[in-house]
Amino acid sequence: MKVKNIAAIFLILLSIWILLNNQFQIEVMIIGVILSFVISIIMGSRITVFNELKFSFKSVFYTIWYLFVFLAELVKSNLDVARRVLTPSLPINPGIIKTKTVLKSKMGRMILANSITLTPGTLTVDIEDDILYIHCIDVCCEDIDKATAAIVDKFEKILVKIYG
Amino acid sequence: MGNILEIIGAVLVLLGSVFLFLGALGLVRMPDLYNRIQAGTKASTLGTFLTLFGLLLIIPEWWGKLVLLMTFILITNPVSSHVLARAAHYIKIPLTDKTVADLLNKEKTTYKVNEEIKNE
Repeated sequence: MKVKNIAAIFLILLSIWILLNNQFQIEVMIIGVILSFVISIIMGSRITVFNELKFSFKSVFYTIWYLFVFLAELVKSNLDVARRVLTPSLPINPGIIKTKTVLKSKMGRMILANSITLTPGTLTVDIEDDILYIHCIDVCCEDIDKATAAIVDKFEKILVKIYG
Repeated sequence: MGNILEIIGAVLVLLGSVFLFLGALGLVRMPDLYNRIQAGTKASTLGTFLTLFGLLLIIPEWWGKLVLLMTFILITNPVSSHVLARAAHYIKIPLTDKTVADLLNKEKTTYKVNEEIKNE
């Protein structure tokens, strides 16, 4: 468990280093490897966020697939909010509704809540165990099951495959 | 070839700024804080993404830093807007009259936290 944690921090730090430097000379790489190794060893036991990460072919595949689904949703909902802003009568129907998630892991719930917040028109106001309170610009339904089907399901069905 | 990429990049930057403008317009037109967060902070995700991606096509050497910027926005943007909305709801900033439902208001925890603040 601990080795995986350290490896995750190491890889993230190293990729940030490489992207920031934007050059692949050997000296730069060596400094980056040493620095990220030392930091990941020191911080490895304290950072527990990455404990639930799985490094498998399936999870990597679904993570990339998730990114595409998410980007499509982002564009779609951005256009929807843009249309509402431009319409003179301002057709909004806001409210805070309850939805439920089946995800158990903290990481999965965090990504779900952040995805919901990032797509315009929905905003996670509070999260309490498996209940998400979402502020919608256009409330479809106050019923918890229908709201879950409309907002949460499209992200959740992929996240379930990554985080279980 | 480079010329075509530059034109596509410029169009993307323009599109991005259109979305950012719509976000600013939404900030003015929306009736209450929660809807302003919706329009304001979130239009910036697609707007900034398009702008940065257009810049990536115009100046390909900057790709590393631009990708890093996109990742940073992707991580920090939802956290800040969520915390703003949550704090606003906890100190009971009212929702607009158009609101059809506020299911969070009936829950116990909201009041519990408010009482804790009062007791201190």
